[in-house]
Amino acid sequence: MYPFFYRPMFEVIEDGWHSFLPEQEFELYSSATSEWRLSYVNKEFAVCPSYPPIVIVPKAIDDEALRKVATFRHGGRFPVLSYYHKKNGMVIMRSGQPLTGTNGRRCKEDEKLINATLRAGKRGYIIDTRPLNVAQQARAKGGGFEQEAHYPQWRRIHKSIERYHILQESLIKLVEACNDQTHNMDRWLSRLEASNWLTHIKEILTTACLAAQCLDREGASILIHGTEGTDSTLQVTSLAQIILEPRSRTIRGFEALIEREWLQAGHPFQQRCAQSAYCNSKQKWESPVFLLFLDSVWQILRQFPCSFEFNENLLIMLFEHAYASQFGTFLGNNESERCKLKLQQKTMSLWSWVNRPSELSKFTNPLFEANNLVIWPSVAPQSLQLWEGIFLRWNRSSKYLDEAYEEMVNIIEYNKELQAKVNILRRQLAELETEDGMQESP
Amino acid sequence: MEHIRTTKVEQVKLLDRFSTSNKSLTGTLYLTATHLLFIDSHQKETWILHHHIALVEKLALTTSGCPLVIQCKNFRTVHFIVPRERDCHDIYNSLLQLSKQAKYEDLYAFSYNPKQNDSERLRGWQLVDLAEEYKRMGVPNSNWQLSDANRDYKAAICRCSQPLSGFSARCLEDEHLLQAISKANPANRYMYVMDTRPRHRMQSWWATQKDIGRIILNAMANRAAGKGYENEDNYSNIRFQFVGIENIHVMRSSLQKLLEVNGTKGLSVSDFYSGLENAGWLRHIKAVMDAAIFLAKAIMVENASVLVHCSDGWDRTSQVCSLGSLLLDPYYRTIRGFMVLIEKDWISFGHKYSERCGHLDGDPKEVSPVFTQFLECVWHLTEQFPQAFEFNEAFLLQIHEHIHSCQFGNFIGNCQKEREELKLKEKTYSLWPFLLDDQEKYVNPLYSSTSQKPAVLEPNTVAFHFKFWRNMYHQFDRTLHPRQSVFNIIMNMNEQNKQLQKDVKDLESQIKQHKNKQTDGVLTKELLNSVRPESPALKTSLCLKEQTLLPVNDALRTIEGSNPADNRYSEYADEFSKAEPAVVSSEYGVARMTC
Repeated sequence: MYPFFYRPMFEVIEDGWHSFLPEQEFELYSSATSEWRLSYVNKEFAVCPSYPPIVIVPKAIDDEALRKVATFRHGGRFPVLSYYHKKNGMVIMRSGQPLTGTNGRRCKEDEKLINATLRAGKRGYIIDTRPLNVAQQARAKGGGFEQEAHYPQWRRIHKSIERYHILQESLIKLVEACNDQTHNMDRWLSRLEASNWLTHIKEILTTACLAAQCLDREGASILIHGTEGTDSTLQVTSLAQIILEPRSRTIRGFEALIEREWLQAGHPFQQRCAQSAYCNSKQKWESPVFLLFLDSVWQILRQFPCSFEFNENLLIMLFEHAYASQFGTFLGNNESERCKLKLQQKTMSLWSWVNRPSELSKFTNPLFEANNLVIWPSVAPQSLQLWEGIFLRWNRSSKYLDEAYEEMVNIIEYNKELQAKVNILRRQLAELETEDGMQESP
Repeated sequence: MEHIRTTKVEQVKLLDRFSTSNKSLTGTLYLTATHLLFIDSHQKETWILHHHIALVEKLALTTSGCPLVIQCKNFRTVHFIVPRERDCHDIYNSLLQLSKQAKYEDLYAFSYNPKQNDSERLRGWQLVDLAEEYKRMGVPNSNWQLSDANRDYKAAICRCSQPLSGFSARCLEDEHLLQAISKANPANRYMYVMDTRPRHRMQSWWATQKDIGRIILNAMANRAAGKGYENEDNYSNIRFQFVGIENIHVMRSSLQKLLEVNGTKGLSVSDFYSGLENAGWLRHIKAVMDAAIFLAKAIMVENASVLVHCSDGWDRTSQVCSLGSLLLDPYYRTIRGFMVLIEKDWISFGHKYSERCGHLDGDPKEVSPVFTQFLECVWHLTEQFPQAFEFNEAFLLQIHEHIHSCQFGNFIGNCQKEREELKLKEKTYSLWPFLLDDQEKYVNPLYSSTSQKPAVLEPNTVAFHFKFWRNMYHQFDRTLHPRQSVFNIIMNMNEQNKQLQKDVKDLESQIKQHKNKQTDGVLTKELLNSVRPESPALKTSLCLKEQTLLPVNDALRTIEGSNPADNRYSEYADEFSKAEPAVVSSEYGVARMTC
């Protein structure tokens, strides 16, 4: 494959394979809390094949217990820390579904693990990304959901984010609609509606907002999972962080988020992003889960155009590289596969390229002003838009829009220039004035 | 005022339009001669001009009071709960009277007094002068006496109403005019006759139209024959084109459907798009745009003159002609030019503003959003060509506000004759000078008038280019809007840049003065001041100066309503409100955040 033959034509300033190490990420939290620890229980990928070697878990839970919990959760995905909300110490955890099965199996260690994250007398929320009936049906296949009786301190909320094959159908319909320029207005609107793409966006954003609201407004910790915990779960945990955490709205922080919540967290990129919208139906694992995440970020960016350090180009670039890239970053389905492929030795990291100043300038939002607040997007249908930069990219000329964007950048640059100039002149004048003053009163 | 019985009601609730959990603000409702005013407990004021009220409804009594729903022509919808039915009834009755005046003289414009004297008022009316405009267009010239031409092209846009069926008595003049139009264009031998109506509505009429065409052509051919043209050649000189814009009644019900959809509580994406489709609104917008593009192309590419007409010549014809002019001539894309365009293609050609906007208590079947559609088409153009227009969206919204407000005389009356009889220029004020005074609010910061930009706009009308105009139809539903406006920031930065340029100049001249002064002083004092210790006081003062330097407008960066309670998703978590409702709502109280 191309990434294995690709030799960069640029000088590597910083090796992207080492840009976002779990230990460094953990350090960001460890100053604020001592309730969590790094666990190396998955060092050989033996406990959970789709988890990275290092995960963050409650300090009170030892590795032995983690091994037991792993047998109770889908794919061995025991609850791990996804996000720590410094403002009030509440957390987002994620996992796979509990394997309760039809006879209501329980696991004391699992209950103990998630209860360990609750403060005394506090309740938490479990957000199941599936509707209740789907979660109930999952029991027949050995899956299930947390029974109230066994998790009395947790309140379960069911949402309905669609599974991957439905999302794929949606993408195919949307792209077909966008590529057909012949149809009239009615047909366009009905095909746009029939694709359901924006319905999925709304559902995902709503769930993420709900999660963020639990943390920030209700002051409650949450556990999020669907079935496997590798798709809708990650959409929600990562978007909730975009809403809550100013750092994830910076370029560096967003890259770290993708590394942590998508790559390390084991989203199966290889399976999901093989053919994009043009895959035949036999590619059964194909699904635009990551694209929906990027689109949702774009929707928030549209509503808070000054609160992100990056612009739309970064999102488009990530979309492209997730599907086809000269870099090794999005190869494989999880860390375990990436290790076996020796990607670090044999390929170049996408981040090595992106984080060079010459590239960064393309992805920087000139309007950015750090905003340390939680940003609550509107999820009303009137506030959501078709992401033209992706879906109409090849179907319309963006010449005038690009020129307007350039003009906007010029105005901002000119403003900075003038500000600097005025500052210098003021200082000069002030110096002259004191000189004068001193000359007059020796 | 004889219609007002209750002027003040306390403890009125204003419901959140979209909240499914009946979130509300409590405050006091005041009724004045011109406005309905609500002041909530945060002292925020909501003013509703009586003329803006399109519909007022009193709903069935509930336990909390009597609901009063008011829908406005500027797409504001408010839902009050008045504690006592009696008060509600009084206000309801007053509003019914006040929102529908029987006489022009009772409209706001005749009492509105912006404290100007008569000569100021007259000057205001003269600001936009059509005679000047025709001079600008280069007519009358040797070919044109009086009509509407595009100065860059020899071709012209002409307009009229449909030929009368019992045509014969008047046909001669009509023929002559058409001949004259055709001949006035030396660059092309054929011309278009554009009928803006859909062909399917015109099946029977089409035959007549053809006959008329034949009569005209024959007449022209007769003339032309004398100059050596072949009869057959001339026969193809008029080309008929139907462009399919629906009538005012279809448009009215389309808008009605659109408003029903977007006013739905807890609207799903699916319902929103199927509602948009069923309303047909964007289809109609596209039809108007397509017609204007056809017109512009005929003139620009084929150099053909075009005669545009519909049934009456003041609705669809105005839409098509004015949009066509906007596509062809950059002047109309300036703030002043746009005013001229409205005066020329709408007001002076007799668009029946008072009937279409329902200014008076008249036939509701005459009301139709024809002008609103025109503004929306312009908005779509500004979206596709962000640098081509000198004005911004706020300008369009403000004009829309005032076609209904009856605060200024411009849009009162149904034709020029009626307007003169009303003595509008003596008794009322013109809107344009007020907009020009506030010009900086309406300037597009990205506007570029340079020649590299296309003089003629060629918009793309593939369906996906047409979007729902949220800022028009949800103007007052702030929670649906982006929380930070790029446009406002750039606009302010542009203003700030002007100020900074001035500062630079001032500072440079001050520094120059100082230097001059010093060189004079230096000769005498140099020896005395060879050492200049750095003063700590100086340092602090410098810091202070830099900090106070033109603060970036905080208000612009305010995340208005950035609050989960304002958004729909808070209601999906019914679990919260069941558990601890008090906490959820009280915590959200004041959430103006500044970044």
